[in-house]
Amino acid sequence: MSGLWRLLAVAAKEVRQLACDRITIGLIVGIPTIQLLLFGYAINFDVRGVSAAVLDQSQTSLSRRLLGDLAATQVLGTLRPAVSERELRELMQQGAAHVGIVIAPDIERRLADGNRAVMQILVDGSQPALENVAQGLGAMPLLQRRGTRAAARPVEILVAYNPEKRTAVQIVPALCGVILTMTMVIFTASAIVRERERGNLELLITTPVSPAELMAGKLLPYVVIGLIQTTLILVLGYWLFDVPVAGSLVDLYFGALLFIAASLSLGLLISTIARTQFQAMQMAIVIMLPSILMSGFMFPFEGMPAVAQGIAQVLPLTHFNEIIRGIVLRGAALADMRPELAKLAVFLLVMLSLAMARFRKRLD
Amino acid sequence: MSHAISARGLARHFGHVIAVAGIDLDVPRAEIYGFLGPNGSGKSTTIRMLCGLLVPTRGTVTVLGHSVPRDAEIVRRKLGYMTQRFSLWDDLTVGENFDFMCRVYGLDRATRRERIASRLRDYDLAPLVKQRAGTLSGGQRQRLALGAATLHEPALLLLDEPTSAVDPQSRRDFWENLFTLVARGTTILVSTHYMDEAERCHRLAILDRGRIAAEGEPKQLARDIDATVIEIGNTDFVSARRALAAVAEVRSIAQLGNRLRVLMPRSAAEPERRLRDALAPDNAGASVERVGASLEDVFVAVTRLRNGANAAPERAA
Repeated sequence: MSGLWRLLAVAAKEVRQLACDRITIGLIVGIPTIQLLLFGYAINFDVRGVSAAVLDQSQTSLSRRLLGDLAATQVLGTLRPAVSERELRELMQQGAAHVGIVIAPDIERRLADGNRAVMQILVDGSQPALENVAQGLGAMPLLQRRGTRAAARPVEILVAYNPEKRTAVQIVPALCGVILTMTMVIFTASAIVRERERGNLELLITTPVSPAELMAGKLLPYVVIGLIQTTLILVLGYWLFDVPVAGSLVDLYFGALLFIAASLSLGLLISTIARTQFQAMQMAIVIMLPSILMSGFMFPFEGMPAVAQGIAQVLPLTHFNEIIRGIVLRGAALADMRPELAKLAVFLLVMLSLAMARFRKRLD
Repeated sequence: MSHAISARGLARHFGHVIAVAGIDLDVPRAEIYGFLGPNGSGKSTTIRMLCGLLVPTRGTVTVLGHSVPRDAEIVRRKLGYMTQRFSLWDDLTVGENFDFMCRVYGLDRATRRERIASRLRDYDLAPLVKQRAGTLSGGQRQRLALGAATLHEPALLLLDEPTSAVDPQSRRDFWENLFTLVARGTTILVSTHYMDEAERCHRLAILDRGRIAAEGEPKQLARDIDATVIEIGNTDFVSARRALAAVAEVRSIAQLGNRLRVLMPRSAAEPERRLRDALAPDNAGASVERVGASLEDVFVAVTRLRNGANAAPERAA
């Protein structure tokens, strides 16, 4: 029986220690709550409001009715009109539209003919799950309810940027961001907290080293590690999964550098809040979960409700996924990605200022 | 510039806890100044305020002629600090730790090489240069920490309980090293709870609950003690203790081997006779003898005699 008592003594001591750790207590409740909300609420395979661009070459009442039907499905969001095929392609390359709809000039003849497609749907194959959306649109009984003779193949679906519809093509670039988030946030947060735990920091802050020197010095190796990881993923992606880089490597590394800096600054902020490595790890997980689930890495961003999209906007990974998919898969240039780059830069500055404000060369 | 450190009315509160309750301090240059006090007496908090790690709740501090915390950055270049815990890097070697600390202090290549070589030699670390700090013994780590704290040849060394984790021989060696540094003009402020270490200091402040209870040279403190110290031998200790505790003026009874050491206020009249009378029923043959005060007596006298005249006598030293 004394074994049982000893066991209970150990358990009671553990509970007492846990009770002292407020952050851990918060996370015990916080992590399942966040997970549940994310999985149950934010993640939605029924995609709605996909951004689309339309090239209506016909400009007839029939084509307008067709577009009205498409809009009525709510699967597509605002339909941005394009004047040329080139403009349509550009909108897609910039990521402003993930679906392109082209209506043939001779739509009425084609409809009567029945063998040729009246409408072409271009799908951005760099995004997850969008191809299903297009299939759904194509299978809709468009125009039929008006008594017109059904076309045998009314809709033709083309998958751009990933014509073979390989999952690896969507996953590999986005995985780069996920892996960078993991290592950059967790590494930096725990590296700094470790020095505090071991008392190294108390010694360091009595030396002439300035907070900026200390932080920059701690982060610099991780910037290099991040770039090595990026290279590793891209090289392996090319060799093993045949995912080539369509855009410029310089653009790609610039985007990666900005994202690495943003993630490091987040890790830095965590390190100024967490008192132990364990707490730092848990806080990093709180960032990781929504990053993986809500950034458009696994599920289409546009399927999420507005609140979740708002949260996703705050996550650097959301913007990096757009950037890296644009550059690697759609051959976009950095200039096409200005809004995303700007959001990452703002994130970096805010996190860095907060971290600097919290980090002082003092113990109190 | 006469004192290395001057503090006036220095206080620090942590919420409702008063760690340092307003102390005045003058540390002369090129001497070893000791902080003697039990854990929680405010030694570490004071040292941390002196090096700018903590901002005082009240009071002013001047270190090496600079106001702290305002000029903490200037002071940091002239200051060496050894924390209570070993705070160099366990996963770096002895040489790497030295090299890193040199660079943090911005020493150039030639100076680095010269200083590291001299510290390795002076502190017997040369054979361990490639060994990771985490695998060193307590005494070796402490020599490494002292070596690292002096790489930039600071004018002032702050040592926070530097010898709490080392064996007596290492402590002796450590103090030899401190005296060598003082001979070169370094001012050293060292906190300790060991009496033998406190006795080695040029000057001493006895801290008690955030206040300086006594201050001066150790020998002078012992001479000036406001207490009479009486040693009692040749008794049955259990019954003698009971008898002595019943005497109103007895403030402290401590057993040292086969003797009892009794502290009474200096104001107590005829202390030997009073104690002999108290012992008479059971221990008529006891020897009762007035002796000179030790630093420990001073410590007990200033921390206990002053605080509540009715405090129960201490059972053990």
